[in-house]
Amino acid sequence: MALQAEEAVRNGTAEGHGLVLAGVTKRFADFTAVDDLSLTVPAGSFFALLGPSGCGKTTTLRMVAGLEQPTSGTIGIGGRDVTALPPYRRQVNTVFQSYALFPHMSVLDNVAFGLKQRRVRDARAQAKAALAMVELEHLGARKPAQLSGGQQQRVALARALVNRPAVLLLDEPLGALDMKLRRQMQVELKAIQTEVGLTFIHVTHDQEEAMTMADTVAVMNQGRVEQMGPPRQLYELPRTAFVANFLGRSNLMRGRVAEDLGQGLGVDVAGTRVVLPKARATEHHGSVVVGVRPEKVRIQRMDAPFTATANQLAGTVVDASFTGVSTEYLVDIPGVGLMGTFSQNLGQDPASPGEKVRLLWEPDYSFGLAGGEDTGAGGVRP
Amino acid sequence: MRQRIGRWIIPVFGGLAFVYLLVPIAYIFAFSFNDAGRTNLVWRGFTLANWLDPCGAPQVCQSLVNSLQVSVAATLAATVLGTAIALGLVRYRFRFRNTADLLIILPLATPEVVLGASLLAQFLNLGWNLGFATVVIAHTVFCMAFVVVTVRARVAGLDPKLEEAASDLYASPLATFRKVTLPLLLPGIVAAALLSFAMSFDDFIITNFNSGSFDTFPKFIYVAATRGIPAQANVIGSSMFLLALCVVVTGQVISYRKRKALAAR
Amino acid sequence: MTAAPGLRGRHDAGRGRAPEGGPNPEEAAADKKRGRIGQLLVLPGFTFLLLFFAAPVVVLLAMSLYTKAPGAEIGQFEPALQFSNYAVVLREYWDVLVRSFAFALAATLAALLIGYPMAYLVAVRLRAHRLLQGILLVLLIAPFFSSFILRTQAWKQILADEGPVVGVLRALAVLPEDGRLTATAFAVVCGLTYNFLPFMTLPIYASLERLDTRLLEASGDLYASPMRTFRQVTLPLSMPGVFAGTLLTFIPASGDYVNAALLGNNRDTTMIGQVIDSRFFRVVDYPGAAALSFILMVAILVLVMAYIRRFGARNLF
Repeated sequence: MALQAEEAVRNGTAEGHGLVLAGVTKRFADFTAVDDLSLTVPAGSFFALLGPSGCGKTTTLRMVAGLEQPTSGTIGIGGRDVTALPPYRRQVNTVFQSYALFPHMSVLDNVAFGLKQRRVRDARAQAKAALAMVELEHLGARKPAQLSGGQQQRVALARALVNRPAVLLLDEPLGALDMKLRRQMQVELKAIQTEVGLTFIHVTHDQEEAMTMADTVAVMNQGRVEQMGPPRQLYELPRTAFVANFLGRSNLMRGRVAEDLGQGLGVDVAGTRVVLPKARATEHHGSVVVGVRPEKVRIQRMDAPFTATANQLAGTVVDASFTGVSTEYLVDIPGVGLMGTFSQNLGQDPASPGEKVRLLWEPDYSFGLAGGEDTGAGGVRP
Repeated sequence: MRQRIGRWIIPVFGGLAFVYLLVPIAYIFAFSFNDAGRTNLVWRGFTLANWLDPCGAPQVCQSLVNSLQVSVAATLAATVLGTAIALGLVRYRFRFRNTADLLIILPLATPEVVLGASLLAQFLNLGWNLGFATVVIAHTVFCMAFVVVTVRARVAGLDPKLEEAASDLYASPLATFRKVTLPLLLPGIVAAALLSFAMSFDDFIITNFNSGSFDTFPKFIYVAATRGIPAQANVIGSSMFLLALCVVVTGQVISYRKRKALAAR
Repeated sequence: MTAAPGLRGRHDAGRGRAPEGGPNPEEAAADKKRGRIGQLLVLPGFTFLLLFFAAPVVVLLAMSLYTKAPGAEIGQFEPALQFSNYAVVLREYWDVLVRSFAFALAATLAALLIGYPMAYLVAVRLRAHRLLQGILLVLLIAPFFSSFILRTQAWKQILADEGPVVGVLRALAVLPEDGRLTATAFAVVCGLTYNFLPFMTLPIYASLERLDTRLLEASGDLYASPMRTFRQVTLPLSMPGVFAGTLLTFIPASGDYVNAALLGNNRDTTMIGQVIDSRFFRVVDYPGAAALSFILMVAILVLVMAYIRRFGARNLF
């Protein structure tokens, strides 16, 4: 395995070897940036490290690149231990957050830089091809300062990709772009990754970006991975309040398990019985936190008919904001607090603040977290 | 009305300041054409003789050559030593760093007489003969401080991400330095070298203390001032000024054209 | 790639020794190595300065305490701790010392008044005209090449009693019939101002060049008058340049003697540099000259420290 990888590296044909972090810890003088992190990224996948600033995701990336030495633990790429290798000996390339294009070189020289350092013979031709891939072949003679932000981003991408690294690291590569360009680049990046089949590690604090692009998302918080998995699974079944709040929004309610219903649990939430499937709960006894995503919650006037099997809570509309596609409501539930929901714009008359309403959701959409969870973790959302 | 006066006051005042700066140079230039004879104090008539024979007065050209040699040597030494120090001070943390910092800045806070006198005391103490070498050493001391200050600003402004990127793209530390760090520092280093050259070329006080019988151009003029400066000195002063102007303006125009051409593309 | 196993081995050994929570020896070693590169870079220049700046200052200090050997020839002294040397020269040259600082201060203020508009003109007003900006910048440095002694001599002749300036001023009755410009304190201060003007202008230019003109627009947008914008935005942001410029002007000006020698007289314009020079070369009183040099150096350091303390050293150099 190691030999194969090395040979692939030498031949320049290395394609998406997996990345393995084992017990990686990084301590700085006064804090621990990454705490005993272990993860495996399969070759050829698009992996996102998602978390708020300061969660240790960039430090992790820098350790993979070799720009930072782990305090302990090992880093393996393609089955080879690279922990002690300096960055210039690692088959890893980075797209830096601020792009870090060499200002004194032309765009083409920037892209050819890595190839030239490895004494690849047709460096310029390959660099031109890489520029063509990002549709910038006509700008090769320019200096980076003469390009727009989006163009610089593509050059940085081409400069890294042209080396066919075993692992490509992307450090918030879209952070400096405006919303529209960001969306466009997300699609392009994903397309390029599918095309070249390399392993991409993408660091971001934008949950939407992580979910649209990555095969696997690891949510990081305070130097640890909170939860890892495919975006859909993380979204539908968060295991901690941090993930529930950081990845999308959640309504979290404190409650106590009151009865065992076989497949489900009956939970007392502020005096109302709510049903929670056992398979979706981390705890089956005592105090728990019941969660539900806002878009799963329907809002009804008190006089409207409803199905008795649905979970329901009654409250008063505090705020209704019309966004065109939908109306967002904040509803105050006595004993629970504020809950959020959307109602798709189907032409109905929206409920207005002060009105009494009923919130309903299917029991199968509920998820259960440990009772000790801080319901405010990971976001300021209601 | 007040607004309009406000708009013009800076250009007018600044322009006058430039005139003030250049009046003596115009005077030197004009009197380089004076049919002066031994002393060049009053206008005696126009002649090209001084320009046609700039080395006509004894020792003028020798002192100029001496000055140029000293300046080149001191600039080279100060630029190399100073750039290394600037890199070391900004990029690395080590023991005695603060001491080094102070030692390097202190020559800037020392007036030339003191620098000159202390070096003279040292050379006397060591029993060295005063001459070319002692002048170069003395000039290197004060030029180095300027180089460190100039280059250090440049190093501090250099994005460390660029070096990381080079390292990430398979460049060894040496290659990173050659291909990325040095080219990016070059404008600062060139500016520092130019400044060093100018300061060294124009220095009189420190030279006077440490040169013995070795004459530089400024020293030659200072000594000559008591009996009358030959008009050839004006020729050399003017042509050095014009030469420096041409070299730098040409550089400016070229980079201006380049920028324009790039912008137009 | 071949070095990898060796490196890995060393790394593993290092990691084995790493105590929980303590500093990582591997990292400490890397830091040490980086530290050594830093030391290596600084070492040659540092040694040079130690030999030709620090040591000479110490020698100067020692020399300032020498005493004349009994029956020795002129210029022969022997090591001693003759502290009275200081008292002697201080008593004799106190006035000259004070005058030197007064001249230097006057020249610094004048250079600031002239240099700031110059720097502002080039750095801010001409920002859009890159070529003109570049040429004016060159004009600031180019005078160095025409030799400052030649230029000072030119001033001497321009301002001479029989010269055009004095003639005009006398005709306009600005100067009395027998009034003169050369050989006066005014001429010396003018000469100092003139010669050190680039040292004031260039640092101010450097800090104004970085000034974001949008800040000025923002200030104007927030109802500040141009004067107020200058006082509250431009000036504070250019303070590092003003700070460096004033020091780079004041320090050399206070030790200068060329201007005083060429533009002054022998009575009331003598500066400390002239005295040190003549003590060294004419009177051959090395201890006296050394003591005066040392007094000048310490006085300047004290003044500079007080100035830094008062106005802050941030972004000084």
